[in-house]
Amino acid sequence: MNTFYDLIVVGAGPAGLAAACSAAQAGLKVLLLDEFMKPGGRLLGQLHQEPGGAWWNGIREAELLVLGARNAGAHIQTGVSVTGLNRTSDNSWTIWTNQGCYHAPFVLLATGAAESANPLPGWTLPGVMSIGAAQVMTNVQRVRVGNRGVVIGMSVLAMAIVSELRLAGINLAAIVLPPGNALSGNASDPEAVLGSLLRFADLAPSAMLKYGAKLLQSSMLRKLALTFFPKQGIRMLDVPLQLRRCAIEIVGRDAVEGVLIADVTARGEPIAGSERIVEADFVCIAGGLYPLAELAAVAGCPFRYVPELGGHVPVHGENMQTPLPGLYVAGNITGVESAKVAIAQGTVAGLSIAINAAAKKAPGEAEVKDAMAQVKRTRSEALIQFHPDIARSRAKLYQTEIV
Amino acid sequence: MMSYGRIEHHPVLGPLPPAETCSFSYDGRLYKAREGESIAAALLAGGVRTLRLHEENGSPRGIYCNIGHCMECRVTIGGITGVRACLTPVKEGMDVRSGTVLPTPFRQMAEDERSPSL
Repeated sequence: MNTFYDLIVVGAGPAGLAAACSAAQAGLKVLLLDEFMKPGGRLLGQLHQEPGGAWWNGIREAELLVLGARNAGAHIQTGVSVTGLNRTSDNSWTIWTNQGCYHAPFVLLATGAAESANPLPGWTLPGVMSIGAAQVMTNVQRVRVGNRGVVIGMSVLAMAIVSELRLAGINLAAIVLPPGNALSGNASDPEAVLGSLLRFADLAPSAMLKYGAKLLQSSMLRKLALTFFPKQGIRMLDVPLQLRRCAIEIVGRDAVEGVLIADVTARGEPIAGSERIVEADFVCIAGGLYPLAELAAVAGCPFRYVPELGGHVPVHGENMQTPLPGLYVAGNITGVESAKVAIAQGTVAGLSIAINAAAKKAPGEAEVKDAMAQVKRTRSEALIQFHPDIARSRAKLYQTEIV
Repeated sequence: MMSYGRIEHHPVLGPLPPAETCSFSYDGRLYKAREGESIAAALLAGGVRTLRLHEENGSPRGIYCNIGHCMECRVTIGGITGVRACLTPVKEGMDVRSGTVLPTPFRQMAEDERSPSL
C-alpha cells in the first residue's frame, strides 16, 4: 500500500487506460484503479458496425488498451472502489479505497458516466434494469436477461443497445415512450423524440426512417408524420418502435410480468381507455447518461452545468486540468461522448500530466497540442454525436475557465 | 423456477469462451458459476432475479444498473452485509445470502404514539 506512484488514475475505461498508457510511456509510475472485475469500463459492452462495415467490438478494443497500458508499465488493479480523495499538506493526494489508502501528487478522475432513470410505478420489480445493465449482461457476461422484454425510452443509445440485444437473440416485444412526469421532460414527447432519432437517421436500419428523415426536417411535417404514425409502431430490427405509445406502469407480483401501456396523442398525452398489458419478463429503462463526477465534488473541484455535455461537469481546461493542483479529468466525466473521444481525451490528460510532473520522457507542448487537435478531429468524425452542440459548448467552457 | 441461461453462440462475439466452473450457495441452495463471473450474472443465469427484500417494506429487488452504481443488488457474503452482487466475482464455496426485512422499532414507536410527523 505504501508504494509510491506519480499518478493514480481512477477508472479503467477508455479514457483512463489511454491516459495511463501515455503517462507511463513518458516515464511516470502509474496506478490505475477500477471497481469492476475487468478493466475496460463501459467500452466492454459496446458492439456495433462502423460505416465501412467493420465491427467495433468493445471487448477487443479494451484488450488492446489494457495491453498498451500494461506494456507501458502501468499497474492496473480491478475490484477496488475509490470512496474519496483529499489533498494533503505535502502537495500530494490521498486516495481512499475499500482496500486502503494510496498517495500520489497527480490524480486523474476518469470515472465515466452513469445512466439516469425514468422512474415509473413498478420499476423496482426484479427484472427491471437500466438498458446499460442489459448491454453488459448480454455482451460481457453473456447471460440472457430474459425471454421477452420491453424497452422504455427512445434515444440513440437505446437504439444501439436494442440492436445489440437483437444480435444476441434476445426478444423484445416493444420500444415505448416513458410516461410523462416531472422527470421525463422531452423523453416522453413524441415530436422531440422523433426529432432526436432523426439526427441519427443515417444509422437507422429502417428505410422509412432513413429516407423519411430529410422530409421530416420541418417541425410541421414531423407533427403530420406523428399524426399518421401507426399505433403498433414501425418495426426496427424486428422490434416495434412505438412512438405513439407510452408505458404507464410495470406490473408483476414478485418480478416483472408485463407493462401497462397506453396510446398517446401526438403531444404525448395518454389516451383514456387505450390501456392494455404487454407481457414481458424483463424491462429495460433507457434514460440517457450523465457524467459520473461525485469524486470531483468530494475533492472540492468547482462545477459548471452544461446541458449539452449531459449535466454538471467538473471545471477543466482543454488540457484536462482542473483548477485543483494535480487533479485532472478525462472521458465522460467531462461530458457524455463516444469511447473514441474518451480515448483521445485520455491521451491528452496523460501527456499534460507528464509535462507537469516533469517526467523523464515528458512530451513537448507541440505533442499535447496535437493530441488536443486529435480530440476535436475524433469528435467531428464521431458516428454518434450525443448532442448537436458538444463542440460549441466545450469551446465555451475552455474559453471562460482560466485553469 | 425459470432459467434464462447463457448466450452460448453469438454471431459476432463467437462461441462463449470455455471457463472453469465453481459452485457457491445462495440462501443455502447450490448454484454453478463460471470462474471469475459476478454473483449477479451467475444467479441470473441460474434463473434467480430476486436478490433481496426491501429492508422496510419487503418488496423484492434485483439488479438494476449491473455496474455498481445503484446498490440495488446488495447481498451478504460470509457475514459482510451490503456487498454488491454485480461487482463481486464468485469464489468457490462462497456463502451468499439475500437481504430481508429488518425491524423498524422507531417507526413502530411513532405509529404507536400516533405521531403525525413521521
